[in-house]
Amino acid sequence: MRRLKVFGSLVKDSLDVITHGSKKYHIWMAFLTFVMLVGMYCYSVQLEHGLSVTGMTDRVSWGLYISNFTFLVGVAAAAVMLVMPTYVLKDIDFKQAVLIGEGIAVAALIMCLAFVIADMGGPSVLWHMIPGIGVFNFPNSMLTWDVLVLNGYLFLNISIPFYILFRHYQGKESNSKVYIPGALLSVFWAVGIHLVTAFLYQGLQARPFWNNALLGPRFLASAFAAGPALIILVLAIIRTFTAFKIRNETLKKIAMVVTVAAQINLIMLISELFKEFYAPTHHSESAYYLFFGLDGKTALLPWIWTSISLNVLATVTLTFHKLRNNSKVLYFACFILFVAIWIEKGFGLIVPGFIPGPYGKIVEYTPTGIEIGVTLGIWALGAFVFTMLAKTAIKIETGALRYHKNES
Amino acid sequence: MGDSIKKWFSLNLGNSNTKPSGSCGCGNPSGGCGSHNSENTDENAIGEERHKDGFEQVFDVKMDRRSAFKKLTASLMVGAGAITTSCSVIVGDETKEKAQIDWEEQFKGNYKLMSDEEKKGTVDRLVRSYQLRTGKTISMSSKNAEEDVLFGYAFNISKCQGYMDCVTACVEENNQDRSSQMEYIRIHEMEDGKGFNFNEADDNYYHEVPAEGHFYMGTQCFHCDNPPCVEVCPVQATWREDDGLVVVDYDWCVGCRYCMAACPYDGRRFNWSTPEVPEEEVNKNQHYLGNRMRKKGVVEKCTFCVQRSRAGKNPACVEACPTGARIFGNLLDPDSTIRWVLENKKVFRLKEDLGTEPKFWYFMD
Repeated sequence: MRRLKVFGSLVKDSLDVITHGSKKYHIWMAFLTFVMLVGMYCYSVQLEHGLSVTGMTDRVSWGLYISNFTFLVGVAAAAVMLVMPTYVLKDIDFKQAVLIGEGIAVAALIMCLAFVIADMGGPSVLWHMIPGIGVFNFPNSMLTWDVLVLNGYLFLNISIPFYILFRHYQGKESNSKVYIPGALLSVFWAVGIHLVTAFLYQGLQARPFWNNALLGPRFLASAFAAGPALIILVLAIIRTFTAFKIRNETLKKIAMVVTVAAQINLIMLISELFKEFYAPTHHSESAYYLFFGLDGKTALLPWIWTSISLNVLATVTLTFHKLRNNSKVLYFACFILFVAIWIEKGFGLIVPGFIPGPYGKIVEYTPTGIEIGVTLGIWALGAFVFTMLAKTAIKIETGALRYHKNES
Repeated sequence: MGDSIKKWFSLNLGNSNTKPSGSCGCGNPSGGCGSHNSENTDENAIGEERHKDGFEQVFDVKMDRRSAFKKLTASLMVGAGAITTSCSVIVGDETKEKAQIDWEEQFKGNYKLMSDEEKKGTVDRLVRSYQLRTGKTISMSSKNAEEDVLFGYAFNISKCQGYMDCVTACVEENNQDRSSQMEYIRIHEMEDGKGFNFNEADDNYYHEVPAEGHFYMGTQCFHCDNPPCVEVCPVQATWREDDGLVVVDYDWCVGCRYCMAACPYDGRRFNWSTPEVPEEEVNKNQHYLGNRMRKKGVVEKCTFCVQRSRAGKNPACVEACPTGARIFGNLLDPDSTIRWVLENKKVFRLKEDLGTEPKFWYFMD
């Protein structure tokens, strides 16, 4: 009973927190709301006319939505790179960062689910997928595995921070015996969500570009580069705009994680390029299309070469201690690395899987305005959710938000 | 060709592959081993002959958790629908009936798991719904696969001249969307002397055929015996029927298009917008799993014209072909043409290395 009362008061207090703030905060939230509304309008057009308003066709049947979904699974998985040192290895440096990391994971997972739903032809019959009511093709379909692991990870990433914040809200220390098992589980789970998502593509013998054993590991490497890179950027913003203290050592340690992951990712890229181009086979055609174009069709060239240049530049920059330890250079490197991997996991992975088609037909894909609108709307939704979560968490962690018995 | 001869590895944790009753250890449903019983064993044993009272008749029904849950939700939904429609006095009987049908259709189960009565129920509802909407009567079948039938297809590359009559016949027979020009069959025009070079083939030509120095090859869904598209579907909206047809329940499909990514043969099509077929061109002889009207956002594909093949006829493409390049028949019938082709011609299949076991063979004279 008492817990319910505390919970009610927490909800009331956090509503209070997220509706009040500086002018900049209000402008930011209004901007996100506007983008979300535009996205919702675009989605309503898509619901009305069907997926024909997107650039997808029978030849390229997955596009921008599934690309973003794939990338964001990686961002979500990256929270674990902060969870492990903090909860399991008891490295205190990360303690402030980890709640933010988990907030990013929650926002990324919500975006993932939104992208999958946006991509569905029949969102009104989505209940067919609910185990028990519908028919769940488990374990045959990797998509059902993905549904399970993503929702499980979402649950873990909501419940662990919620428990900690709930204790701190009451001015109590959180009991490590309660959250350590969950944190440990989420470490394995994070690797799981990304591997399962990679297996979604890797298991298709029809698409040689995806059907390669390196896909899963490369997903992990790029995720552990892009995710923490985003966390660094977010922490930098939070440090400037709020009273939340984040020490330089924390950022430096996360930067180390980003650097190693980016280096491994680059090695794997070289290995893939070697395999595709040293002795090109019929199965290398998608890679040829991606990097050099086929039959004069070159839509992806600007994307992939931008991605590779940014990737190399960022990795080289991060490798030098002097450059990495300069915070301005670090932020810049993290930003371009994030963009590079977004391109690589999106246009560089999903789209060329379909080109050329099963019989060699080359039909290119360009997203339409509606598709881009929905995509931006979902990104705004993610940013919106994250801002609310982070604002409440920071207020509790800095001690500004506490439960008062008399008040309720 | 039987289910038990598997050249590929399958984990089968869920024990979902139930063998058809009446098959023996040899795995050959055609009765080749001699130990097949011609009669089905009578399942109602004599000892169980006793009368049930009213209570038992209602409550003592064998029901698994899923169907119990489904019945509960269905009755709730229908109840809610009935209340909303019956409470309004203004709407006419037909509107009420339409609403009632829409409710039941929205919350019906997967066709694959339906009993024969449930299949008939949904087919009746769909026919009635079409009648209410357009005033026209269609006939829709829910005929199941027949025993000792396994459909197969052969394509004579020497004979095909690229006339594309098969494509036109297919579109008309199967009520495919006219606005997006959806076609199940693709005819690839290839250059002589270059072999089967799909990369340089043209599957979208608009000139007089047969073109000098070219030969033609048709592709469509190959109805694989080990179909990758079926494995990946998250809701089992697509499956392989006992007569080998790979079919889709358009009402159960959620439109994720994972099957399209998994198909190595470009065999699947998606309704990117609401399919349009002019009313006078609608083929009214339909099958639930075949050419009935689709809606937007679902996947469809060639079904070897299930509405025709299960009625003992050839698919529309076979009938329409002016050159006789297309051969269709029952692989389990030793006297069928398709068996003669497989036994006497040098046949091959596309992308055999993928282990999909297509039931679509190519050959030359």
